[in-house]
Amino acid sequence: MANKIPRVPVREQDPTIRATNFEEVCYGYNLEEAQLEASRCLDCKNPRCVGACPVGLQIPRFIAALHEGNLKQAASIIAEDSSLPSICGRVCPQESQCEGACILGIKGEPVAIGKIERFIGDWKLEHSDEVAADVAPQRGHRVAVVGSGPSGLACASDLAKWGYEVTVFEALHELGGVLVYGIPEFRLPKERIVAREIHEVEKLGVKFEKDVIVGRTVTIDSLLDEEGFDAVFIGSGAGLPRFMGIEGENLNGVVSANEFLTRTNLMHAYDNSFDTPIYVGKRVVVVGGGNVAMDAVRTAKRLGAESVIVYRRSEKELPARVEEVHHAKEEGIEFRMLTNPIAVLGNEQGWVTGIRCVEMELGEPDESGRRSPVVKADSEFEMACDVVIMALGTSPNPLIASTTEGLETNRRGCITASEEGQTTREGVFAGGDAVTGAATVILAMGAGRKAARAIDQYLSQKA
Amino acid sequence: MFTILEKQLLAENIYLMKVEAPRVARAALPGQFVIVRADQVGERIPLTIADFDAAAGSVTIVIQTLGVSTRKICTLEAGDQLADFAGPLGRPSEFVHEPVEELRKRRYIFIGGGVGTAPVYPQVKWLKEQGVEVDVIIGAKNKDMLIYTAEMEQVASHLYITTDDGSAGSQGLVTTKLEELIAAGNHYDECVAIGPMIMMKFVALTTKKYNLKTTVSLNALMVDGTGMCGACRVTVAGKTRFTCVEGPEFDAHEVDFDEAMRRQGMYRTQEQRALAIHAEHEAGHQCRIGLDK
Repeated sequence: MANKIPRVPVREQDPTIRATNFEEVCYGYNLEEAQLEASRCLDCKNPRCVGACPVGLQIPRFIAALHEGNLKQAASIIAEDSSLPSICGRVCPQESQCEGACILGIKGEPVAIGKIERFIGDWKLEHSDEVAADVAPQRGHRVAVVGSGPSGLACASDLAKWGYEVTVFEALHELGGVLVYGIPEFRLPKERIVAREIHEVEKLGVKFEKDVIVGRTVTIDSLLDEEGFDAVFIGSGAGLPRFMGIEGENLNGVVSANEFLTRTNLMHAYDNSFDTPIYVGKRVVVVGGGNVAMDAVRTAKRLGAESVIVYRRSEKELPARVEEVHHAKEEGIEFRMLTNPIAVLGNEQGWVTGIRCVEMELGEPDESGRRSPVVKADSEFEMACDVVIMALGTSPNPLIASTTEGLETNRRGCITASEEGQTTREGVFAGGDAVTGAATVILAMGAGRKAARAIDQYLSQKA
Repeated sequence: MFTILEKQLLAENIYLMKVEAPRVARAALPGQFVIVRADQVGERIPLTIADFDAAAGSVTIVIQTLGVSTRKICTLEAGDQLADFAGPLGRPSEFVHEPVEELRKRRYIFIGGGVGTAPVYPQVKWLKEQGVEVDVIIGAKNKDMLIYTAEMEQVASHLYITTDDGSAGSQGLVTTKLEELIAAGNHYDECVAIGPMIMMKFVALTTKKYNLKTTVSLNALMVDGTGMCGACRVTVAGKTRFTCVEGPEFDAHEVDFDEAMRRQGMYRTQEQRALAIHAEHEAGHQCRIGLDK
């Protein structure tokens, strides 16, 4: 029986070594391992994994193709629904999506769908000449995509495949959005994976223009009225980092996770051949429990600091991917759960010297269903540190909404859009973090694809 | 890539560069800035726009060599290319959104200190084009460090020059000149000051005495410049604001200058180290024991 085989373990860089470098943590499967793992799939009649995937990847089909040794076919099956398998295989929270729904997971371990997807994606990058994508003939409509992150790339590649002329505008000097400024090299290699997967999107005919800040360099209206685009997709991503509003937060040494990660990832502060300065100190406290917090704390560790996570709920509530928490622990990250900062402490020169915290305990569940933390009486204590990194999420960037008349936002400042991505302006669609607030790569891709379908429908009717 | 069309040495270590950037030139308004990167390994440096010409598709920046990155930019010559030139960023000066009739009722005093004189110019020029009266004070260390005096002469109603050593104009600080002008019976409705943080702080303290509304343009530390990282946060009226998307101009009487100056020094140790290593490399010294890593 296929499911008697245990889940094939994946090879990883030794934790003590990798905690000192920026090389990728996980080596991934080789062909033999991937095929062995593929043999565990039951090929269910009603595959629950497909329904649990935000982009609806035909999981049993590509696993079967791999099992039969038909890699080209496996890659083509994935390409029908996703242009970024090497990225998604690495950063999706599979445990709460495809693998979380896998029947094998009920009694044992689910099929390692993410690792298989990654293997096929990486194979495709190596053999990209052999797998040509189907691109429909040009339809004579131009679409502008704002942002080259996951939602923009997903939207752009679908539209390009359907024959639309697509230009993606990126504000920064590198393409990829959060894939390059946010997610660290050791989790998602930039040149080997991100740049090449984006190059695949380019090969579909998508044009990219960097250093264009929509809302400043151009506006949504100027794209539609002056530059001749027939529709716009806004995938501008998350925005301004949140801070706690506690005393001492503007001391030197307090940074947002976005700043810390942007300096290391986009600006390569860990690489001496780049000019970017970074301040790490000897001991770093990262406040938060999401993927961004894990990325920041593991980055600080790699830059040589003793690194601690401070999170106000318990470990069970950590929103980060299970694998990231596991990896962080292996690398020697200290976890201080049920702890909440109430002030950042500093010296006379205005530099951070520590953080004052209170202990928390879990009370009644809140609106998110998680038990909300309440302060334990008389539990105040201080921790010494040189750097405090706030990883508390983001609030929307106002640039586009404030410069586009008729584009409504909700009370949190996110762009209002329907399930299909239609905004309150005709011809203007949106998806990803700009609409939902900070979420995941794959949800953003899902939103980009839905918006692509809506744009196709809109332009087909218009024509 | 963005081609440098023209380069001029304005004063010691201060250069003017006119850059081909049609999209930025078309969208720019007074008060905004750009993010410049010299090459593929360079930092993103925020620089206030000193002039722009939509028809010619060019944007002028004025840059003082301070650290490794600004030096790198200044080693480039006309015909060379900058890796990135993104903008215009930040909110335009408030007055560009006000009715011209209102502006014409007012009398402005602009104060430019050192390299900060350059971004004062497009604001004065813009107001002049709308028929608004603007007096300008330019301050510099000495005669040789004065920039933009000829250009400013063309657009200012009255131009006053002050130098620390009295080698040009009157000797003293810009604040001394400002108080003199007010004492002499000049009435101003609004003051705009751009220059070193310390100068802006003292202008703010001075104008506060006269209840004169004052705007300053903050040159905070930045990484992305688009509202993503929060490196540029400043405290204004007790609230944390992001210079890149909510500024760069703020009410001078509300800004916490001491905090802003301290935050500017956040990477000073690293910057000075980088500069020292850079200087050693330029002098032909190659460290053999890895101290430059």
